[in-house]
Amino acid sequence: MNTAAALGRPASLPMSAAATLRLYALECGYEVLKMARMPAFVVPTLAFPVVFYLMFAVMIPGQWGSFQKAAYLFATYGVFGIIGPALFGFGVGLAMERESGLLELKRVSPMPIAAYFVAKIVMSLLSGLCVVLLLSAAAFGLGGVSMAFGDWLLLVGALLLGALPFCALGLFIGSLVKGQAAVAIVNLVYLPMSVLSGLWVPMFAFPAIVQKLAVIWPAWHLAQLALGINGQIEGVNVLLHVAVLLGFTVFFLSLAALRLRGR
Amino acid sequence: MRSDAIHPSAPIARLSAAHKRYGAITALAGIDLDIRRGELLALLGPNGAGKSTALGLLTGRFGADAGTVSVFGADPRDAATRRRFGVMQQEAKLPETMKVRELVNLFASYYPAPRGVDETLSLAGIGDLAQRRYAALSGGQQRRVQFAVAICGAPELLFVDEPTTGLDVDARRGFWQVLRGLREQGLSIVLTTHYLEEADALAERVVLIDHGRVLAEDTPAGIKARASGSRIRCSSALDVASIARWAGVHSVQRDGSRLSIRGADSDALVRQLLAADPSLSGLEVSALSLEDAFIELTRSADTATPIGEAA
Repeated sequence: MNTAAALGRPASLPMSAAATLRLYALECGYEVLKMARMPAFVVPTLAFPVVFYLMFAVMIPGQWGSFQKAAYLFATYGVFGIIGPALFGFGVGLAMERESGLLELKRVSPMPIAAYFVAKIVMSLLSGLCVVLLLSAAAFGLGGVSMAFGDWLLLVGALLLGALPFCALGLFIGSLVKGQAAVAIVNLVYLPMSVLSGLWVPMFAFPAIVQKLAVIWPAWHLAQLALGINGQIEGVNVLLHVAVLLGFTVFFLSLAALRLRGR
Repeated sequence: MRSDAIHPSAPIARLSAAHKRYGAITALAGIDLDIRRGELLALLGPNGAGKSTALGLLTGRFGADAGTVSVFGADPRDAATRRRFGVMQQEAKLPETMKVRELVNLFASYYPAPRGVDETLSLAGIGDLAQRRYAALSGGQQRRVQFAVAICGAPELLFVDEPTTGLDVDARRGFWQVLRGLREQGLSIVLTTHYLEEADALAERVVLIDHGRVLAEDTPAGIKARASGSRIRCSSALDVASIARWAGVHSVQRDGSRLSIRGADSDALVRQLLAADPSLSGLEVSALSLEDAFIELTRSADTATPIGEAA
């Protein structure tokens, strides 16, 4: 007779499916709540893309060559908008919680480590969805953009799935450095990559070399998919871009896993 | 198969010849440690002695480079093992924007049969802080929340790393009361501390650690006895160097007219002192405090080959 049994429970009680589900739900719910209570972080992340859209697409409408600015920027700011929460939520969030010791505390708790990452993904996707909805309202309501409902759903779906490679990149950055250093690295990656992927102005505005190099940026590949869906470019090689984004995700997930396990 | 079910005194957690290095620094140099069911064990040692590393192994933060770690007969990195112990780490900041009740509720959800949230809060003495955000709490209150998070799963074994560092005297004594109460409920507790007073006040067994090794393992009283017994103070003109040559004298110091002598057998030493100096006055004999014992034991270890300090 051991003490645990004497206390009326077996030595190691398994987690029931309901308890596991509750654990994941709480982890995700509190992750969202935790962020929602940081307006200084949330408001800029959610509002920047739509503010840029209002300034550059709505206040200064027109054409960029064959591109209709309001439609082009709807797609590319959509990409810009979902990358932000993915990099900041994951990269900076992980880096902060590694520094504060919270990740260590959770690692010695019985929490399945997957719950930690699922919560961060849910958080990133939810923020991304908010950004895309705000942009959609601006594009359809003020930018004169029109799309079939099915195409719009496809665009939203592509952008949300397209956030995953950036979650992986954020995870890698968060595994690389701790604390505030991650903010600097994320900004160093986020802004130049966005510009050089044609998210702010089309690629033809850049020198030939920059145009050629665009293929190295995952943001460019996602932008090609988004622009294809809303009809701004034609003949998009969907499989190629999806494959590149998938490869990118696997690559950075592996690097991050190596870093986090290797400690 | 559970050996601790057959032998109640068999260890529920064990380190055997455990080594851990950080680069060039040896944090644990082959440490053996047993934790028995229902006891309150103190790992005592100075900063950098390897206490937190030993706790890190036992709580599955990392693996040993060599040797074995077992908790309830299994690897502490298995989730099934973790559901049976709770941990309060030395440096863990909880999310600042979350409320106390939310934090406890979240951590309790990791366990199959947790304590109720209200019961946990009142055990940790923070029932009145349930709706406060973590960032709005004082340092001592935050430590209590970290403690609540450690016990919310109703663990059988609790690891607490330097729980009272930075607390004021009242808060520290309050915390001791909580720990004693939990032990009376049958909880096994492993505590690291560099406060000798804390080990003395709480523990049944003290394991003295320095330079990644176990220097001594005993009851607090036993540890004192090991550092050979007593200190004699008196006023005398006797020569320090000649007293130091007497049998059973460990150290002699002079401070003005006062002599301070540490030795094994105080009765024999007092007789010898009075015989050598009949004009001797102001005689005081006292047992060594745990602090003295600690200094004595760590000092004798320092004469061995020194090993690097560890975080």
